Amino acid sequence: MDHSGISVLFEGTNFERLLGGLWVTVKIAAVALIVGLILGIVLGVLRTFKNRPLRVILRLYLEFFRIVPTVVLLFLFYYILPREMNFNLPGDQLATLVFALWVAAEMSDIVRGALISVPQHQRESGKAIGLNRYQLYRYVLIPQAISLEIPATINLATRVIKTTSLLMLISVMDVINIGQQIIEANNHTHPTGVFWVYGLIFLFYFLIDYPLSWWAKRLEKKRLERANG
Amino acid sequence: MKKKSFARIIAVVSVFAALLLVLTGCGNSKKSSSESNNPSSVQQIKKNGTIRVAVFGDLPPYGWVNKDGKRVGYDVTLAHQVAKDLGVKVKFVQVNANNRVDALNSNKVDLVLANFTVTPERKQVIDFAKPYMKVSVGVVSPKNKAITKASQLQGKNVIVTKGTTAENYFTSKQPNVKLLKFDSKTQQFNALKNGRGVALADDNSYLYAWSKDNPSYTVGIKSIGPKSYIAPAVKKGNKSLLNWTNKEIDKLTKQSFFVKDYNTQLKPYFGKEVKPSDIVLPVK
Repeated sequence: MDHSGISVLFEGTNFERLLGGLWVTVKIAAVALIVGLILGIVLGVLRTFKNRPLRVILRLYLEFFRIVPTVVLLFLFYYILPREMNFNLPGDQLATLVFALWVAAEMSDIVRGALISVPQHQRESGKAIGLNRYQLYRYVLIPQAISLEIPATINLATRVIKTTSLLMLISVMDVINIGQQIIEANNHTHPTGVFWVYGLIFLFYFLIDYPLSWWAKRLEKKRLERANG
Repeated sequence: MKKKSFARIIAVVSVFAALLLVLTGCGNSKKSSSESNNPSSVQQIKKNGTIRVAVFGDLPPYGWVNKDGKRVGYDVTLAHQVAKDLGVKVKFVQVNANNRVDALNSNKVDLVLANFTVTPERKQVIDFAKPYMKVSVGVVSPKNKAITKASQLQGKNVIVTKGTTAENYFTSKQPNVKLLKFDSKTQQFNALKNGRGVALADDNSYLYAWSKDNPSYTVGIKSIGPKSYIAPAVKKGNKSLLNWTNKEIDKLTKQSFFVKDYNTQLKPYFGKEVKPSDIVLPVK
């Protein structure tokens, strides 16, 4: 019992299994982000339209996904919906779906915020030279909004990656779940293994999330430099 | 402006309320129809060619994952046997202690074999088959001052963890025993090692495993108070699989399958003092 808990990480296939779990985590987060961002941009554009019923519906959608905690959403979609209506998906697909819907909701607000913060005279100038609505968005508003929304989007991405740690609740074999298996399997012989396993998981998350947040900071700085000349 | 936002809040709330009503309403109408097409009946499982079994992934030696990434344990061995006797493949779904009931009720699994203790509260929401294991409260004490009878505990300090069946039992049935209550397993075992009490009470199977790693202690009282049983569980009303599982448990008990299972999976954890008959149920 006196040998260090670090050996737990390299026993048998433990390390590969942790990497496999990390791959599940990354895959779910990546697919959810891609789908969610695309859907979110469309919804965000729709939310700047003047059509009132459309705006109310999209606003409700946003508030629902923003207010209800992700844990509750996962439980709702994984356990409650299948019971009430015949809607059954495997855990990882369902997790991707829930995360994509959540990303889309948050993204729609980011995009809406960016679009309306493009200076009013830009919109008016566009209209004055006779652009139709599609052209106005395509050539004037969206290109200017993108630089405004990128930092917030990357911030959202890091949040999504971290939140995948909830997936063990719905039986998805993500990196946290595998870590838990390894810790418990070795708890009697290596009581300190828990620090090493969680330490490694921390490192994994850091390695994925830090470059993203560094990138966001750099883009933000660039944008400010450009804006202030 | 104020008025407008208030109206909006009311609108939001009413929409949510409507959604809730629709959801619960659907639930009531569905319940009656779901009995006719049971997705977890024996026939359906055989037709699918797989049985979905909920197991633990982090509870050695009952259901856990070894260093080669394989699911092993007492419950897992039983699951493999069940699948073999049904003539189907087994698909494991890993669960936690608190989503075992939900996994059954939302048709995520057909059968739960996850160290599931039979309790009256659980019986109301799911159906338990015949038990395949028994557990009860045990008392561990230092070998040189071994406690073997409950009478030796009167007026002495006994260490327990809050919220366990052990605490419950001593509080209600042995009021003359002084309890020292701790929040975690680690704390309670440290307290015993530091001599803060004459003995420590907890689930016996857990104590067997601990005393094996700590050979200067012994489980002097193997069983005290009421016994609890561990049984397979199926979705409430799934008569087809319930009856089949009951027969299967009877058959496996007669074949002393559980003694073999004990010897391969549990014995290495529990040490020599424990006999299969302390855990496995006898043939009736």
